[in-house]
Amino acid sequence: MKQLIKNTLLVAASLWSVASFAADPTVPLDKANVDLHDKASLQRGAQLFMNYCLGCHSMQYQRYNRTFRDLEIPEELGVENLQFTGEKVGDLITNAMATEDAGNWFGTAAPDLTLVARVRGADWIYTYLRSFYVDESRPFGVNNAVFPNVGMPHVLEELQGIPRKTTEQRMIDGEMQDVYVGIKTDGSGMLTDAEYDQAALDLTSFLVYTGEPMMLEQRRIGWYVFGFLLVFLVFAVLLKREFFKDVK
Amino acid sequence: MNKLIAWFDERIPMTKTWNIHLAQYPAPKNFNFWYIFGVLATLVLVNQILTGIWLTMNYVPSAEGAFASVEFIMRDIEYGWLLRYMHSTGASAFFVVVYLHMFRGMMYGSYQKPRELLWVFGMLIFLVLMAEAFMGYLLPWGQMSYWGAQVIISLFGAIPIIGDDLTLWIRGDYVISGATLNRFFALHVIALPLVLVILVFLHIIALHEVGSNNPEGVSIKKPKGSVPDSEKPKFTFHERFTKKYDIVDAFPFFPYYIVKDLVGVAIFLFFFCYVIFFAPAMGGLFLEPPNFEAANPLKTPAHIAPVWYFTPFYAILRAVPDKLLGVILMFGAIVALFVLPWLDRGKVRSVRYRSALHKVNLTVFAISFIALGYLGLKPATEVYTMFARIFTFLYFAFFVLLWFYSKNENTKPVPERITK
Repeated sequence: MKQLIKNTLLVAASLWSVASFAADPTVPLDKANVDLHDKASLQRGAQLFMNYCLGCHSMQYQRYNRTFRDLEIPEELGVENLQFTGEKVGDLITNAMATEDAGNWFGTAAPDLTLVARVRGADWIYTYLRSFYVDESRPFGVNNAVFPNVGMPHVLEELQGIPRKTTEQRMIDGEMQDVYVGIKTDGSGMLTDAEYDQAALDLTSFLVYTGEPMMLEQRRIGWYVFGFLLVFLVFAVLLKREFFKDVK
Repeated sequence: MNKLIAWFDERIPMTKTWNIHLAQYPAPKNFNFWYIFGVLATLVLVNQILTGIWLTMNYVPSAEGAFASVEFIMRDIEYGWLLRYMHSTGASAFFVVVYLHMFRGMMYGSYQKPRELLWVFGMLIFLVLMAEAFMGYLLPWGQMSYWGAQVIISLFGAIPIIGDDLTLWIRGDYVISGATLNRFFALHVIALPLVLVILVFLHIIALHEVGSNNPEGVSIKKPKGSVPDSEKPKFTFHERFTKKYDIVDAFPFFPYYIVKDLVGVAIFLFFFCYVIFFAPAMGGLFLEPPNFEAANPLKTPAHIAPVWYFTPFYAILRAVPDKLLGVILMFGAIVALFVLPWLDRGKVRSVRYRSALHKVNLTVFAISFIALGYLGLKPATEVYTMFARIFTFLYFAFFVLLWFYSKNENTKPVPERITK
């Protein structure tokens, strides 16, 4: 019996170790330190989104006024500076690009970005925004290390400057191969590298927010619920003890 | 007040029902941790029905509107996110407690004579629950909803001759479409919940007819007149139970087990609420990331995995190279559980008094089930498939071995009464 338990444990252990080798992302993702309490960061993210992304990507499940309220942007200020499409403040954040046109121009429809952070994860977006590099073989002259052969141009290039791929020689399967290790910019952008990373983080944070705009409220209520449950548990235990005096 | 109760009692068996099923129902005194999951399953069922009703008020069952209406509920309805997360978490919680409830039955032989029908009703509940969960998962109309349903429904296509017509009939279209969504919606919100509630009713009626088993597997019903009054519990049990037997080592379900279960419920709610408020997607297990993208019939996700509670059976399906055989084996895995009361030919119920071989067999079964569940989440690589085959073999080996050794099993002597 002991031997059998030992064997089953061994099988389980080997299964576990096999599992840990299974995941292999193309590029390691950088950690995005998203802080949803940092309203300034979210506001900058919203600004970037409205200026650079909304032309092609809609945010069709999220409303302007909800966004302004949650991000603590006064409504008049928001309407004046962040709303370019002539919609009402209570409207959903949509754009005018037809899916068919997008297909013709980019080869694919530009996905709606309301929930992209829930599909891809914050780290993926953060790394993706910082992984465009020059590739003359692509229609827009750029490629992306996180999303190879993506149909999207490098929209933030004027901020980042021109990014070039840096590689390193590494031994893979007994052969020396060029491996992507990161990008280097030429300094022609409006932002320094550190500032660009911050901009990418701001935009990522904004997308994390739109994915789950209720998240902060949800957590806040969650603590109250735990508080209630704790009190409930204490009374339940006391009640049980009182009743079980009869049973002894 | 008493007059009012009397008025009702003359017209409907109100007090009598209360007494038979709660206040004077004898429950064995030694219920342990494993006996909370029946109550929890009831709690989750109520949660699903209530949150489901309110979700229905704003959900739009159409291919064009479903995905957007779920996001509308999440964003624009006051506390809509709470209703939705309670419902989505409840679905997973239902399977957690039901799997543990079933394993409890297997450990303590609660399926053995005279509780075979009770077990079969339970298995029917499990089957309907799977159908209910499967159809519910299509409703958000995300990528996984769509492609998961595509995969599962196509399984029926493996049935010879009628397969293709059958899948067409289920879908109501040549692919999953709005027609499929609408009928799944109807079944999910009306038909199956109704069947589920009726089956739960029958499950409880069957339980209260034969009485609850307990961790010792020893009956609390002794021949009438065999127990001296000094050893009888000081509680009043309904004459329905005491007419033919002397009841020992028991106390009434209400209030004793109700107050005890309240403690269990509170602890369960800590876990349940943790998921709702702090990890509603549960790392992609309860809500799969691709499902936050609206269904797109032209774009197949790279890796289609069913929700975690189906993965043990999904792993069995994939472990078999032949599709039809895989489908047969997958359903066989459930059928084997159905006939468990007749596969187990032993007389001793509780694992505590059964042979070492049975203990090992049951442990291996539990490990296999969990391992298959894990493998079903992973892509079917060569190594994983090999492991899935091993664990599929072990899963079925449990039933085959049980049938052979249970006839003349080397069991320990079972005590006359519940000790302790």
